[in-house]
Amino acid sequence: MLQVISLLLENKPGALMRVTGLLSARGYNIESLTVARTTDPELSRMTIAVDVEPHLRKQVIKQMNKLINVLQANDLTEGPSVSRELVLMRVRAPMEARANILKEAEIFGARVIDSSVEGFALEATGDSEKLDEFIDVMRSYGDIDVTRSGIVGVSLEPRKLRLSSPVTTRVGQAAAEARN
Amino acid sequence: MSNLMSGAKILLECLMREDVDVIFGYPGGVTLPLYDAMYDNPIRHVLVRHEENAAFAAQGYARATGRVGVCCATSGPGATNLTTGLVDAMMDSIPIVAITGQVTTKLIGSDAFQEADTFGITRPCTKHNFMVKNLNDLPQVVHEAFYIAGSGRPGPVVVDIPKDVFQGQSHYTPVTSIHLPGYKVHTDGHAGQIRRAAHMMWEAKRPLVYAGGGIIHAEGSSDLRELVETLDAPAVCTVMGLGALPADHPNYISMPGMHGSYAANMALTESDLLIALGVRFDDRVTGRLAAFAPHAKVIHVDIDPAEIGKNRAADLPVVGDLRRVLPKLVKVLAELKPTEAAANHESRQNWKSRVNGWKQEHPYDRNTAGDVIRPQHLMAEIDRLSGGKAIVCSDVGQHQMWAAQLIRYNDPRLWINSGGLGSMGFGMPSAIGAQFARPDKLVFAIMGDGGFQMSIPELATIASYGLPVKMIVMNNGYLGMVRQWQELFYNNRLNAVTLDCFPQAEMLAGAYGIKGKTIDKPHQLATAIEEAVHEPGPFLLNVMVSPHENVYPMVPAGGAINEMVLGQPKPAPVAGD
Repeated sequence: MLQVISLLLENKPGALMRVTGLLSARGYNIESLTVARTTDPELSRMTIAVDVEPHLRKQVIKQMNKLINVLQANDLTEGPSVSRELVLMRVRAPMEARANILKEAEIFGARVIDSSVEGFALEATGDSEKLDEFIDVMRSYGDIDVTRSGIVGVSLEPRKLRLSSPVTTRVGQAAAEARN
Repeated sequence: MSNLMSGAKILLECLMREDVDVIFGYPGGVTLPLYDAMYDNPIRHVLVRHEENAAFAAQGYARATGRVGVCCATSGPGATNLTTGLVDAMMDSIPIVAITGQVTTKLIGSDAFQEADTFGITRPCTKHNFMVKNLNDLPQVVHEAFYIAGSGRPGPVVVDIPKDVFQGQSHYTPVTSIHLPGYKVHTDGHAGQIRRAAHMMWEAKRPLVYAGGGIIHAEGSSDLRELVETLDAPAVCTVMGLGALPADHPNYISMPGMHGSYAANMALTESDLLIALGVRFDDRVTGRLAAFAPHAKVIHVDIDPAEIGKNRAADLPVVGDLRRVLPKLVKVLAELKPTEAAANHESRQNWKSRVNGWKQEHPYDRNTAGDVIRPQHLMAEIDRLSGGKAIVCSDVGQHQMWAAQLIRYNDPRLWINSGGLGSMGFGMPSAIGAQFARPDKLVFAIMGDGGFQMSIPELATIASYGLPVKMIVMNNGYLGMVRQWQELFYNNRLNAVTLDCFPQAEMLAGAYGIKGKTIDKPHQLATAIEEAVHEPGPFLLNVMVSPHENVYPMVPAGGAINEMVLGQPKPAPVAGD
């Protein structure tokens, strides 16, 4: 089973590279990675799915938590969590198949986001296994083009975010001493 | 308080506010504005002869003092040459800040002359790195860099600064506070865990203190000593922790590990409680991990939570700074002593005498007989003149192990070596840094003939600054450690290990205007080393030693540490790494 890691990190140049570098340095292949800004524009939330041997998973999380730009790294596979993935798909649909395709799409909860004489563009979300099936089914109707977003996940347990406080520099210390 | 200043001046202003007094560096095109600003700045710049050695010298400075060492290099090749020194500092947790020049911001990414992706290249070589594209960020970043380098588990930090940032003008306002919300420095240690640790220590029948570089970083030597004496337990110090407990201390055994002493390795193997303080259960200490300290519970105190359980599971982890944890541990230990010490007192005394028995049974080889100089004899002579007080900067290889085994270090920060990365060429430049940091100290640079030849350019630095470093080359005509492995594990098929050309030492030293000497007879050794030590300036002593000597004891790769080879003849070949 893949390890799914959720990270809260500073939205700074190189922050992504620090996280992925930690994995590549250990020879781990990243299966998927998503990252986007949070409501606080200075922070990003990242979800990584990666194949790590079970006994090394804690070590990977600890190493990530050591990165200066990482505020928090959690192993979502450790506790209750949900994860979803988005698929965008173009499916070629001749007239005779269109009704069936739409029916199948409905079963998977997919939405049509574009329709043309060549076919449909579909959008589906769900867990990765369900999306695998959806893709298999659609492939049976002919050529498809698929883009997957990679997993995004959220822990179902409240996690306390511990942040470090500001630190006074030597200049600040000297100024404070001068005031006293 | 603000006035218009160039970026270069602002940088120097920030460095002065971090109490930097010396920068080891090498200039270049994009750092011209910085070197121009240095022209009338009180910070001393030491011109080394290769950027790698600037990083090693900054490390020597940091290792000898505990303060953040600073090095500086230009863009492109200057920065890439620093990388070995950065990784080395990372492996041994040494606080250094490296300032690198970068091409002008608008040229970044254009394959400009002497452009390299320093930020990308040094990312895995550092604890953290920065590229400053906006002059207004510079003061903040510099203070963050020093804070990150020196706090928590120390390490190297790179600040990459484009030329136009050096040249830009800005109003400088001193930075009074920095905020790194994601940088967690673990300090105090859990009080309950500390108390439990103290209980475990009194409950143990065969406790062993296993102390490492963390004690040195935390300035924890006197607390360590108190702990050892309160519990009256034997102690080993790793190659990074030599001097954490004085070598002459009665409870001190020796260094453990691949070339550790018989007693240290047997004590680890037979102990029922390892008190692991600032160590990382490195493979060179543990040997085959599954067989390491098989009877022991483990108390593991470390500032880095990622070290806990990384290699060996801890029965009782304490995440914290030894600077804070050790005094508390000692206090609780002393508190519990009246009620808990008696129970296993006798067992602990028996344990101590068992350990002492091992020490006497198989001491290190110190035999000086014969008509060629044995390396062990050389180390014994250096030890005699050091008296446990000199700074010894070692290169990497056989001489490093003999210097670790046979020279006493009675204080922390005397033994300076590349422990984790094992970088050849470390000895001489680190001695330069150490001598600048501690002009009052006798500083030896002990090198093999291989490592010395990586460092020859720095003879110029030593000569031009008149540094009284005593350079001792243990010359066996081989890359000795590799030769030892080829001999023992590759059927003696010696390949690419013969150093059959070595410069004539007097002439080489003389070419730099310093004194040098070559000796090859045991009776010359004592006077030659005395001459080197008494020489007010630098001295290069080339000591021809018996070429086929091997370092023992030795734990073959993949072996358990109690399966030591105590000396020639050969063990059965095993797969090496």
